[in-house]
Amino acid sequence: MSEATTEDVGIDELRRTHLKQLEAEAIHIMREVVAQFERPVMLYSIGKDSSVMLHLARKAFHPGRLPFPLLHVNTTWKFREMIEFRDRIAEELELELHEKINPRVVEEGINPFDHGSQGYTTIAKTDALKQALTEGRYDAAFGGARRDEEKSRAKERVFSFRDSKHRWDPKNQRPELWSLYNGRVNKGESIRVFPLSNWTELDIWQYIYLEDIEIVPLYYSAERPVVERDGTLIMVDDDRFRLEEGEEPELRSVRFRTLGCYPLTGAVESTADTLPRIIQEMLLATNSEREGRVIDYDAQGSMEDKKREGYF
Amino acid sequence: MSHQSDLIATDIEGYLAEHEDKDLLRFLTCGSVDDGKSTLIGRLLHDSHMIYEDQLEAVKADSTTQGSTGGELDLSLLMDGLKAEREQGITIDVAYRYFSTKRRKFIIADTPGHVQYTRNMVTGASTAQLAVVMVDARHGVLPQTKRHSTIAHLLGIKHVVVAINKMDLVDWSQQAFDQIRKEYEQFTAELGATFDAYFLPMSALTGDNVVNPSENMPWFDGVPLMEHLETVDVASDRDYDRLRLPVQLVSRPDLDFRGFQGTIASGVLRPGDRVTVLPSGVSSTIERIVTFDGDQDLAGPGDAVTVTLTDEIDVSRGDVFVHDPKSMQRAHKVDAMLVWMAETPLRTGASYLLQSTGGLSNAHVPTIRYQLDMDTLDRVEPEKLELNSIARVAVEVDREFLFDPYERNRTTGSFILVDRLTNATVAAGMVVGKSSAWDQEAIETLQRAVSLVTPTERATRFAQQPATILLTGLTGAGKSTIAKALERRLFDSGRVTVRLDGQNVRQGVSRDLGFTAPDRSENVRRVAEVGRLLNDQGIIAIAAMLAPDAEDRERARDVVGSHRFIEVHVDTPMEVCRERDPGGLYSALENGAVIDLPGVSSTYDRPTDPDLVTTDWDRTADEAAEEIVDLMRERGMLRGGTPAPADDPDGGEVNTGRPD
Ligand SMILES: Nc1nc2c(ncn2[C@@H]2O[C@H](COP(=O)(O)OP(=O)(O)O)[C@@H](O)[C@H]2O)c(=O)[nH]1
Repeated sequence: MSEATTEDVGIDELRRTHLKQLEAEAIHIMREVVAQFERPVMLYSIGKDSSVMLHLARKAFHPGRLPFPLLHVNTTWKFREMIEFRDRIAEELELELHEKINPRVVEEGINPFDHGSQGYTTIAKTDALKQALTEGRYDAAFGGARRDEEKSRAKERVFSFRDSKHRWDPKNQRPELWSLYNGRVNKGESIRVFPLSNWTELDIWQYIYLEDIEIVPLYYSAERPVVERDGTLIMVDDDRFRLEEGEEPELRSVRFRTLGCYPLTGAVESTADTLPRIIQEMLLATNSEREGRVIDYDAQGSMEDKKREGYF
Repeated sequence: MSHQSDLIATDIEGYLAEHEDKDLLRFLTCGSVDDGKSTLIGRLLHDSHMIYEDQLEAVKADSTTQGSTGGELDLSLLMDGLKAEREQGITIDVAYRYFSTKRRKFIIADTPGHVQYTRNMVTGASTAQLAVVMVDARHGVLPQTKRHSTIAHLLGIKHVVVAINKMDLVDWSQQAFDQIRKEYEQFTAELGATFDAYFLPMSALTGDNVVNPSENMPWFDGVPLMEHLETVDVASDRDYDRLRLPVQLVSRPDLDFRGFQGTIASGVLRPGDRVTVLPSGVSSTIERIVTFDGDQDLAGPGDAVTVTLTDEIDVSRGDVFVHDPKSMQRAHKVDAMLVWMAETPLRTGASYLLQSTGGLSNAHVPTIRYQLDMDTLDRVEPEKLELNSIARVAVEVDREFLFDPYERNRTTGSFILVDRLTNATVAAGMVVGKSSAWDQEAIETLQRAVSLVTPTERATRFAQQPATILLTGLTGAGKSTIAKALERRLFDSGRVTVRLDGQNVRQGVSRDLGFTAPDRSENVRRVAEVGRLLNDQGIIAIAAMLAPDAEDRERARDVVGSHRFIEVHVDTPMEVCRERDPGGLYSALENGAVIDLPGVSSTYDRPTDPDLVTTDWDRTADEAAEEIVDLMRERGMLRGGTPAPADDPDGGEVNTGRPD
């Protein structure tokens, strides 16, 4: 028996860095989902967290292919570069990618200008997501949310239970012990799975850097046409953007800390065009990541309300 | 997120390189309401610069409207999550927080200290390597402190920081600190916990000894909390010796590849290792350890791996790869500590789903053995098991359950119970071991009659400290012969002994028992109990019996009390035993008889850590007995005494030849 013991190995060789440990945990979670569920799906938002999640999934099932499809909820107001990136990655990695657009958005021309950020998000994002999950009869959906993103997420489970209406009830969540994840659901119910729960923004960036993961170029600084509204820099990504009186897009060196719908995502002025420089800016920054998302401004605890309704 | 390092601004790549190598510590904070837990966590985050200004602004605003610090910055407000809780001013769930320093990334499981604390704390503790137990310096060790520590102990946490907080309110008094430390140490001794405990005087409010050393307490020479968290050694908590690789998934991307995927719970794995898959018991060899980043030549605890084998054998989800197939236990019925987590109480006898690394099985709880009263820590007779109660129970699993005792392995020793209808997780379980007669509790109403003669009086009269000497070994090893020689010697030097020979015991006390493994186990238990009775009355017991099961011998040690127990391995080579063949069993077996003969047709667990190894083969039985006497003398069991000649009381006994 060639049993290796600490005597001939040495603990040092088995020491794992925090990122290796987080990676192993995420892989464990993903495998658990594939083993326990019949129809898992990965919600792919094209952002950096999704890119990390996808990378981890490829690791988890290597040398096999991903045993589930990717689902992108397209509000139709995403940055063009996001969609290009999405399609290229899907092709290069031979991914099964589904796109979901809420028909109402197209039929009624729903947009963030006329319908307000709240109303628009509900229809284009939350409703679309619910429709896609119901149509696909998915019983588990991976999401790239992290607990450090927002106060109300600190208590989120890795396996987060949703009722048949995709609603999240804070009182109806299961205690989660050890690495035993209870994925039992009745028909119509589902679980949202967050394999990146224990990652912080810094972990994500550092992992992207170390693993050389490709991300949407919008994260890197470049000259982009923007207008300034209420102190927020908004990129004019296409001609659907409604300029107000006196507004004139100007080229500025900007980048994005998070990516969403372009009219609702604030850019930051920056010259950081490499990963180390982005990380540097992040570390020196004094404001939290979600600040760039217009959607959170509404009220304290608004994320929580969104979650109850079914948006993450 | 201004991690404070000049490198960030001057040399970001250098900074990143420095942070690449960090490791991870998961810890738990527990304390009663108002002990200062939220303030402490807020301060750790604040002082390690993990709080953004916009978050801080929000807290400042909240401090004025909701804070309890009279408008000053109330760091505890950073810590509350959900709206409802914020309004009630309490936290009612486990919240996870993150911060990091140059050396480590930290995951804090923040658990509240009131009503629902058991469920939440158990949840948080299940993944924690260290617990910070908050004690208010003004109040000292309270019942809550004890409960929290008991749970930490139960969940297998090895490292504890006893954070004695609010030292500013007791004038930074060393005396107060020392007093609490003493109380806490006394308590953990009672609890039987062997924590690696760090006692720390602190003020979360002023920051003394949180991140920066306290100037107010020059008498304290330890490091502040942060440094302790950064340096406490947790790597050696891991078990690198016993391989456990539970299979999560079988990967079959194409006809040529068949890999088994899972996370190594313990032990170390290399290509070329001979492994056995349990429960089937089929063996094979590890061919490759496959990862996305190339094949690995070594994998260890916590690694998520894919392995391939050199042979095509049946392996499915829930199976476990091990090196030593005998090292893992299996049983249909196990004893476990169970924490009840649902509103509806446990229904004994009802069917639940048991989820473990072995997958899902049907299980029920036939018996609650006792409940832990969380106020007194006494064992009480339970009426029913309700939300937040902890009990020792028997669990019956409908297919053989593969496990390690939780004490040895937190992954392969744990399980959850799931309600079949609601699918809710209703309980968390930690396996103690196989259920057997050893676990049977005596009837509660019985009372122990206390002798009027004290142990000291007996020790003086008999000139000895009582002990139970267990001579274990194969059939024909010479156990009985050495036992008799030992008895002679002790008797001749005036000691009072009783010899419990396996053969004799079987003709009386254990007449009802056969030779199956459970019966042998019960026989050992009875002899151990008799040994204890004798020891309680000052008498030395000499037990000569095969006792092939290591666990039985361990349990015998527990029954007798480890300070009184001497395990002697009579280690005579198998050839010699065969040659001697006292009852003709070896030859009978060779001739095709079906007998359970430990060491030949069933297992004899060689003692791994006996108190003494001897034999009567290359030395005389008398010399062997002398070695035992020497050991007893060394342990202070034989003091003074006058030789008093006497005859052998029960000379002519029959040797039936059956192994006991
Ligand atoms: N004087 C003093 N007060 C403290 C200290 N730590 C916490 N407090 C105060 O004790 C109260 C309760 O603290 P909090 O952190 O909310 O306790 P929790 O319930 O354990 O989270 C608050 O008013 C804190 O400001 C300390 O070290 N010294």
